[in-house]
Amino acid sequence: MSIALTAADISRALTRISHEILERNGGCESIVLMGIPTRGAFLSQRLANLIEAIEKTEVSVGTLDITLHRDDLRLRPIRALVPTLAPKGGIEGKDVILVDDVFFSGRTIRAALDALGEMGRPRSVQLAVLVDRGHRQLPIRADYVGKNLPTSRGEVVKVRLSEIDGADEVLLEPEGSK
Amino acid sequence: MKHLLSASDLSYTEALTILDTAAQMARVSDGPIKKLPTLRGRTIVNLFFEDSTRTRISFEAAAKRLSADVINFSAKGSSVSKGESLKDTAQTLQAMGADAVIIRHSASGAPQRLADSEWTSGVVINAGDGTHEHPTQALLDAFTIRKHLKVGVGDLSGLTIAIVGDILHSRVARSNVILLSLLGAQVILVAPPTLLPLGVENWPAQISYDLDAILPHIDAVMMLRVQQERMNDFFFPTAREYSHYFGLNSDRLALLKKSAIIMHPGPMNRGLEITAACADSARSVIVEQVANGVSVRMAVLYLLLAGAPNENVESGEILS
Amino acid sequence: MTRYLLEGATLPDGAKSQILISGGVIVALGESILHPDANSAQRIDVNGSIVLPGLVDLHTHLREPGREDSETVASGSRSAAVGGFTAVSAMANTFPVADTAGVVEQVFRLGQAAGLCDVFPIGAVTQGLAGKALAELGAMADSEARVRIFSDDGNCVFDPMVMRRALEYVKKFDGVIAQHAQDPSLTVDAQMNEGSVSSKLGLKGWPSVAEEAIIARDVLLADHVGSRIHICHLTTAGGVEIVRWAKARGIQVTAEVTPHHLLLTDECANSFDPIYKVNPPLRTESDVMALREGLADGTIDIVATDHAPHPAESKECEWSAAAFGMIGLETALSIVQLAMVDTGLLSWSQVADRMSHAPARIGRYADHGQPIAVGSTANLTFVNPNVAWRVDRDLVLSRSKNTPFHGMELPGKVIATFFRGEPTVLNSILVRGLRAI
Repeated sequence: MSIALTAADISRALTRISHEILERNGGCESIVLMGIPTRGAFLSQRLANLIEAIEKTEVSVGTLDITLHRDDLRLRPIRALVPTLAPKGGIEGKDVILVDDVFFSGRTIRAALDALGEMGRPRSVQLAVLVDRGHRQLPIRADYVGKNLPTSRGEVVKVRLSEIDGADEVLLEPEGSK
Repeated sequence: MKHLLSASDLSYTEALTILDTAAQMARVSDGPIKKLPTLRGRTIVNLFFEDSTRTRISFEAAAKRLSADVINFSAKGSSVSKGESLKDTAQTLQAMGADAVIIRHSASGAPQRLADSEWTSGVVINAGDGTHEHPTQALLDAFTIRKHLKVGVGDLSGLTIAIVGDILHSRVARSNVILLSLLGAQVILVAPPTLLPLGVENWPAQISYDLDAILPHIDAVMMLRVQQERMNDFFFPTAREYSHYFGLNSDRLALLKKSAIIMHPGPMNRGLEITAACADSARSVIVEQVANGVSVRMAVLYLLLAGAPNENVESGEILS
Repeated sequence: MTRYLLEGATLPDGAKSQILISGGVIVALGESILHPDANSAQRIDVNGSIVLPGLVDLHTHLREPGREDSETVASGSRSAAVGGFTAVSAMANTFPVADTAGVVEQVFRLGQAAGLCDVFPIGAVTQGLAGKALAELGAMADSEARVRIFSDDGNCVFDPMVMRRALEYVKKFDGVIAQHAQDPSLTVDAQMNEGSVSSKLGLKGWPSVAEEAIIARDVLLADHVGSRIHICHLTTAGGVEIVRWAKARGIQVTAEVTPHHLLLTDECANSFDPIYKVNPPLRTESDVMALREGLADGTIDIVATDHAPHPAESKECEWSAAAFGMIGLETALSIVQLAMVDTGLLSWSQVADRMSHAPARIGRYADHGQPIAVGSTANLTFVNPNVAWRVDRDLVLSRSKNTPFHGMELPGKVIATFFRGEPTVLNSILVRGLRAI
């Protein structure tokens, strides 16, 4: 097991991403941050806080539970649903930034795109991820990446955030870890 | 939990999960696009041996909002009315590939016979069997109560709920007594002694013959339909006397707490167990119960059908 | 005429004995028989078994004429023989009803033709079992079937006046009315015992009082007119108390209990499987205990199976659509051993009384229920109480498979049955009457 990102690494990555978002979107007027629970939601809140500190304006934030849109429901046991918190002002015509912790096969993001489609019609959808570990199974790419982490398929990437895990770090564990 | 045959099939955690999931499903129904792809490709059969437009439509809407295919089978005019048995009907549906069968039947225990037999391998959901149970009705009742009296969160502890009417013949009453008490509510059954079953003192509910005495103390009153035909079997002397003692009217409405709500599973006998004024009053949530029925049934279908067959546990998270 | 020497049996009182049968009669008994016929006798090993007088079932439904899809006199006789019975009384609720000399004689002759046990037809009390007009009880008594037991079983003789007259009338020929005690207006569309289980399950209840009220009325009527009365399938603690009270007053009442009522309770209905649907219904645990005590102290005189065959489609359906009844001839003795002997409530001598002497006496069947003694008709049942067996409904000899004991392991296997001196069952297998119907 190795530490891929320390707390300091995570903090710097998020700071950089928040600047990149502002740069690319010309400010935070039109953006809506939508975090994918569980840890994507915490990350989106952190990004929102960072952006608000920079621009001194409130940023619209929400969460998007994608469970009902997954394409692998039949292959796994049932999962409980997590509340979807709609952002103030909705997503119609906005630039939605999906936020997730680990970007892997891309299926979660595909489901998120479907779920967004049912909420309305954004002007654009962008993707921010803390860790991109490769092995895409769908033609989807991220716009903002905290760290590119090459992995083998069987390895396990564990993201821990202080809001829920008590500490900030990203761990890379060998095949067979739970 | 493979089937939903009785409210007693649910644990406390499972019941809350259904209510929480139903709240999520309600948001779908409020959104612009009332459709989810979750049960795409699944076939759900509505096997209704008893007439019931309301419940059947509710299940049909729930299934369709989850993108399932729905086949409606109603007994009238079908081969059942010509004498085909439950067994043969079930085997026919199985041959057509039903993933779930939602069954309403006039015989208590018919859904369990279906579930225990080898006539169908799908999930069986009880939509009302004889005078036995109607678990999704109890779930939507609990959902409605929670929404109004508990801001839509948690269980029903601290609440007192009265169920009034023909308890003896009511499957809605049986399921509600089980579920509402499981969720922490106090249940009071109010009926003439003839309409209370033997052994009801062992149910997790109190009994009263005096509606006026209990009304000021309850948070929700659920009126049950009373059939006129019961007079012919000597359950009560006249409709007039029944209404006088057990009907909800404007005088009794005034006895209720300001926050109390009025419920009825429908269909109503306006004038017998409930007056029009009460049914249409601001305190009545009767119409909303119907809408909540769709969300609750969506939750039940999702939780029973969406996952891998026969495996409904994810690390102790939900269904155990 | 074959002679048989049965070796290795134990008598009900515990003594070991050989049994020599010749000409349909027991000609010698003893640990080591010295008798001229012994040498030419066929030796049969019944080691490990207890020998009982041939069992007599006073309550069987053979369904013929009219419902031969469920059972015939022949198939029922086969079932009876394998269960250790040498005599069965066939209830009258056939189609047509056995309410005339013609029908009872037909059933009687069918029994003789099958030749596996004595079939004694029971005559209906009222015409068509309708409870309104008496059937020709005398003609049935005088017929070749020599009917002595009359019953509308399936229905209750509800009108007290009709019951009174019937009780009086049968005194002429030493007959007895066997009442199926069920007040019809308290049990309209009833499905199972009325109690906390029925309330929970939403199945219409059949209250104990509907049985007890009729028993109370009928023992008083029997007392008033000085006649015998027999109560079919007693199922409640209250009923046992009423019969006990009546006997203490010298009223000529006898009562029966079925094996299933000695074992099963209304909790069985929780599965909604109508294999447990029966009339009168399975009752509560305290009723079962009272019935066992009643059978032990003799308040209940006999065990009778109420063997009630039904075709598969009558049980493979929802409870309220299913027929009432269970088969029971082949499991009766095992259930009695399980519920009464292995629990120490009855000795094997008492089993001999409850399942042979007493029923034969009530039915006036002279050749049955005789003591196991020299000169007695050789109607004998050999049961090995130490051999267990698993009930398999696909292997029963009855035409119908509706047994609630399928899959259960039961104690005690009938290894041989002798009917009028000839074996019908050896090594637990039927040896005669194998021709299929």
